[in-house]
Amino acid sequence: MAGQSAAIIESKDAYFSYSGDGEPSPALSGINFSVKRGEYVALIGPNGSGKTTLLKLFNALLIPSNGEVLVKGISTTEEDKLPEVRRSCGMIFQNPDNQLVATTVEEDLAFGLENLALPVSVIRKRVKATAALLGLEMLLKQPPHLLSGGEKQRVAIAGVLAMEPDCILMDEPTAMLDPAGRHSVLNTVHALNRNRGIAVIHVTHFPEEAALAGRVLALNEGRVVADGAAKKVLTDLDLLHKIGLQGTTAGELAALLRLGGCPLPSHILNNRELVDNICTLAQNN
Amino acid sequence: MARSITMGQYIPGVSIIHQLNPRFKLLTLVLILALLFLLETFGALVVSLGMALALFAMAGVPFKYLLRGLRPVLYISIFALIIYFFFTSGGVVLFRIGFLTVESEGGEQGIFIIARLVVLVLFSLLVTLTTTPLSLTHGMAYFLSPLQRLGLPTEEVAMIMAVALRFIPTLMEESQRLMRAQLARGADFETGSIFKRARNLVPLIVPLFVSAFRRADELAIAMEARGFRIGAKRTRMQDDLITFKDWAALVITLALIVLVLIFNL
Ligand SMILES: Nc1ncnc2c1ncn2[C@@H]1O[C@H](COP(=O)(O)OP(=O)(O)OP(=O)(O)O)[C@@H](O)[C@H]1O
Ligand SMILES: [Mg+2]
Repeated sequence: MAGQSAAIIESKDAYFSYSGDGEPSPALSGINFSVKRGEYVALIGPNGSGKTTLLKLFNALLIPSNGEVLVKGISTTEEDKLPEVRRSCGMIFQNPDNQLVATTVEEDLAFGLENLALPVSVIRKRVKATAALLGLEMLLKQPPHLLSGGEKQRVAIAGVLAMEPDCILMDEPTAMLDPAGRHSVLNTVHALNRNRGIAVIHVTHFPEEAALAGRVLALNEGRVVADGAAKKVLTDLDLLHKIGLQGTTAGELAALLRLGGCPLPSHILNNRELVDNICTLAQNN
Repeated sequence: MARSITMGQYIPGVSIIHQLNPRFKLLTLVLILALLFLLETFGALVVSLGMALALFAMAGVPFKYLLRGLRPVLYISIFALIIYFFFTSGGVVLFRIGFLTVESEGGEQGIFIIARLVVLVLFSLLVTLTTTPLSLTHGMAYFLSPLQRLGLPTEEVAMIMAVALRFIPTLMEESQRLMRAQLARGADFETGSIFKRARNLVPLIVPLFVSAFRRADELAIAMEARGFRIGAKRTRMQDDLITFKDWAALVITLALIVLVLIFNL
């Protein structure tokens, strides 16, 4: 039972379709997987493969039409446990403009806590602590529309973090950001995962972002087509290409070099590894 | 651009005035407005003007916001002044234009009314510039909360208003972006008959609505994801903190009212 209690999220043969049962191709079919405490999972897949839908199942925004989703052992169908499920699995959306509710950053950080009906003194304490943790103190009194995209996403993360979640679900959180904003958001999330043991499920279309995760889950047409270490899934270029995705730039380049007769290993994921391998080859010749 | 929208625009700060509880601030404002209507002498009005300005300085609100807020009052003032000058009799006749006479009484009354209006607007501005729209709406909702017993959803209405306030600048930005995009495609919003101009606005309004609805949809999901449920019990961080300062502000205002009443100021 110890292994089971360590799972934050469990999906047991979950199905979901938007237009009622018996639809020819449901958005999700037969999803089996679980996320353990402190794991960092990248969720990849082509457009329309069901990534967003799956995240929404984990936050009880959607309820599986068949099968079951458990958050810390609580089924998402249990109405009266909904606040606990939402607290435990916070969600960050793609568009930074459409998820900040309040007129100042401070009020926004408090929003989730207010929904939990916590005492005001607790809310104030947590807002302050969260802002300090993410370096947002200077922005507390700012209205959201004056923040940069990266800052808005960090505020959204802080709003979720204030609720002391066990898992953060992120739906393409960096898709609308410039490289600097993307960098600061990624650093923030990875630090939270490392230092606080918060599990992360990160939907992304950037292979480089997925490569930073410990584990990668690939969806296609509502089914899990790969689940394993980033090194394993993201270097399986045949599979990725088959479902219309690509590996990291370094991985693709290494594959081309191999085709051209260059004896590079097949596990190359990032630029650093590629450069190191090429340098070693050059030295040996 | 979006920075220059004044409507209920909050200026961040940490002054005592910023820190006051929004409910007390609203209550005190109402009392001060009542007080202004009790005033009868120019002297008292000048003193209250001085107090308003002193409070602005204390709140650290830049002078330009004050002027910007007073601009709409300017037109009303000029209009009121003309009416008073020409249609109030009494006092010394200053000059005559045809059948209209301008007498000193009218001038004095007109200036008094306008001065009162200016002070009144200044105090109201002080409150809206130092309180976040969210706190302000929740403050108002508090005073409306007896209506809940009649089945009116005051809490939800407050939330709707607060969210609307949050999105006004965003939608303004978006409409300006759309307008520029249409201008770049050769659209013309300024010339032609009113019908032509209205028709030219259609390509602006349709996408704006579409995007506003999409936003509303996404926002509703985001709010739900963060545990918001209609009708569920919530707390509020801002409004529940009542300090000594709040009572002090209220007591000082009440004392001023008593003073004005006793001495017929
Ligand atoms: N609100 C909805 N109503 C009906 N069908 C929907 C709805 N949202 C998504 N779908 C459908 O469900 C399927 C999965 O969509 P989903 O948004 O989960 O994909 P995704 O992997 O997140 O795609 P993307 O990469 O574009 O974000 C798609 O076929 C989509 O058309
Ligand atoms: Mg999606």
